[in-house]
Amino acid sequence: MTLQTAMESAIKSGEKAFVPYIMAGDGGLSILRETILRLQHLGVTAIEVGIPFTDPVADGPTIEKAGERALANGVNLRNVLAALKEFAHEVKIPLVAMTYLNPILAYGAAAFAQDAYEAGIRGLIVPDMPLEESSIIHTELSEKEISLIQLVSLTSPTERIAKLAAASEGFIYAVTVNGITGARSVFSNDLAPHFANLKSYSALPVLAGFGISTPEQVEAFGSFSDGVIVGSKIVDALAHNDWETIESLVKASKHAEVN
Amino acid sequence: MTTTTAAGRFGAYGGQFVPETLMTPLLELEKSYEEAKQDPAFQEELHYYLTHYVGRETPLYFAERLTEKIGGAKIYLKREDLNHTGAHKINNALGQALLAIRMGKKKIVAETGAGQHGVATATACALLNLDCIVYMGAEDVKRQALNVFRMELLGAKVISVEKGSATLKDAVNEALRHWVTHIEDTHYILGSALGPHPFPTIVRDFQRVIGDEARIQIQEQEGRLPNAVVACVGGGSNAIGMFYPFIGDRDVKLIGVEAAGAGIETGKHAAAIAGGQKGVLHGAYMYLLQDENGFVQEAHSISAGLDYPAVGPEHCFLSDIGRAAYDSVTDEEALEGVKLLCATEGILPAIESAHAVFYTSKLAATMKKDDIIIVCLSGRGDKDVHTLIDALGGNMR
Repeated sequence: MTLQTAMESAIKSGEKAFVPYIMAGDGGLSILRETILRLQHLGVTAIEVGIPFTDPVADGPTIEKAGERALANGVNLRNVLAALKEFAHEVKIPLVAMTYLNPILAYGAAAFAQDAYEAGIRGLIVPDMPLEESSIIHTELSEKEISLIQLVSLTSPTERIAKLAAASEGFIYAVTVNGITGARSVFSNDLAPHFANLKSYSALPVLAGFGISTPEQVEAFGSFSDGVIVGSKIVDALAHNDWETIESLVKASKHAEVN
Repeated sequence: MTTTTAAGRFGAYGGQFVPETLMTPLLELEKSYEEAKQDPAFQEELHYYLTHYVGRETPLYFAERLTEKIGGAKIYLKREDLNHTGAHKINNALGQALLAIRMGKKKIVAETGAGQHGVATATACALLNLDCIVYMGAEDVKRQALNVFRMELLGAKVISVEKGSATLKDAVNEALRHWVTHIEDTHYILGSALGPHPFPTIVRDFQRVIGDEARIQIQEQEGRLPNAVVACVGGGSNAIGMFYPFIGDRDVKLIGVEAAGAGIETGKHAAAIAGGQKGVLHGAYMYLLQDENGFVQEAHSISAGLDYPAVGPEHCFLSDIGRAAYDSVTDEEALEGVKLLCATEGILPAIESAHAVFYTSKLAATMKKDDIIIVCLSGRGDKDVHTLIDALGGNMR
């Protein structure tokens, strides 16, 4: 099943998509299986698996620190994919890898696409690779049917938003704030028309991400998007083994108001 | 789905490997810069400040005693150390500050390694009444305490970066993070010929004044072009500014000198062309010090200004096509360069520039007496006195 189909089937059931972000290797690679299977059990739509990097310029402090802990554990793209592959048969939901570009280039795009597919990766987010630069790995990804997800920023002019929405694969990742990842208390209040606009350019699900950290925000974004991606809050909760918080966020997506 | 060809390439190098949020500001910057470049009023204003404020043109000085001591080619020094603020960095900082005003941005963010670019940016911001924040690696804050104080005197806010190797690379990370969060009112004055397009081109264009002047000056003084032009390369801004006007002069050898730190073989160095592989960092595809996992490695150099794990995309291209050659000089050799220039010419060079001086002293010895070398003396060494005391065992009594 492609990422788009998986996302759509989750959304058709009358709920909103909920995609948690985890930093692979925070707490050690040995807990990766348990974390992913437990999130799957909670009913998340997909899981975004972050790969640590030495220079994560798009990450806020929470995810950056988690990445530093993972790096200190010796975690890298190669051993994350190897770990995922071992229990890929138990994972029924799609995994989306989030990695900066240089580790993929060092791995080799074709070898990466092959190993990522075998590890259950069906989508890819590369925060330092805008659409204009994506040809550097896109062919190799397409051959393995790994969807390359485009981030759409609030600051983009209309024609750029249209171009990104049309080019995205799997789903559209709508960046809800200007800046880096991490919890925000205030969002710009003209977001609803922005999402309506995005939906008009593409049949893909549109997910909101960056800065969403409370069940109330999950519900609020659910009222005008197809679901949310929650990063820093999940990373923080996992680091403190706080599954209650995670459950409350996932639950909020189940009764988010449906348009 | 289609992918369009990216802008701002030097051969395969360069590009715009940035978060989507930065794409629109970069496209706007490119447009504003192209307009400014064509606007005589902008060029006139920049020229006014370069002449009356910075003190250009800088001398091209025949280093007669150094030449005699080496006993080879004639050595000329392009005296960027005599610029206001003590290095070539002001050329670019002023140009970009004027560009920021043109774009209606009142706030500036910058990174700095040795502190020379930070001081130059803080200076331009004081002159032009712009708010200024400078990110600087904590390690460099220690090494370059004098420049930190200078920036603060000039009204800039200096933020010490404790992350990673706490040097220039990490300062760029933080400056990029700051910019992406404040793009509405802030311009990022990148200090070297690095980063996403259009920065490598903008920085080169504002620094080419070095080579443009030197090319005219040497013809006035010697009636011909030099045999070789030498400059130190960290990110590569003084070198590309020096080289660019000579690229079409096929008989002029262009030589960039990277920092070999404790020696390339030790792994403790900052020589990305000599010891790196192609990769992406800070928005550009270039030679990069990295491990087999694609993780960026720490650079090592006694000079904070060369302590960067990659080299600007245009240098990568010039190296690949063989138009420029790149060699390296160790910490120890650079210190020899400092002593040599002090003793023969009464000029204290920045340790960065001393890499080029040392290389030139070796190169000149292999050349004929009527050959000519121009070396870019990119900055003065006042900022390095504490480092020199530590390294050379002097004392301050």
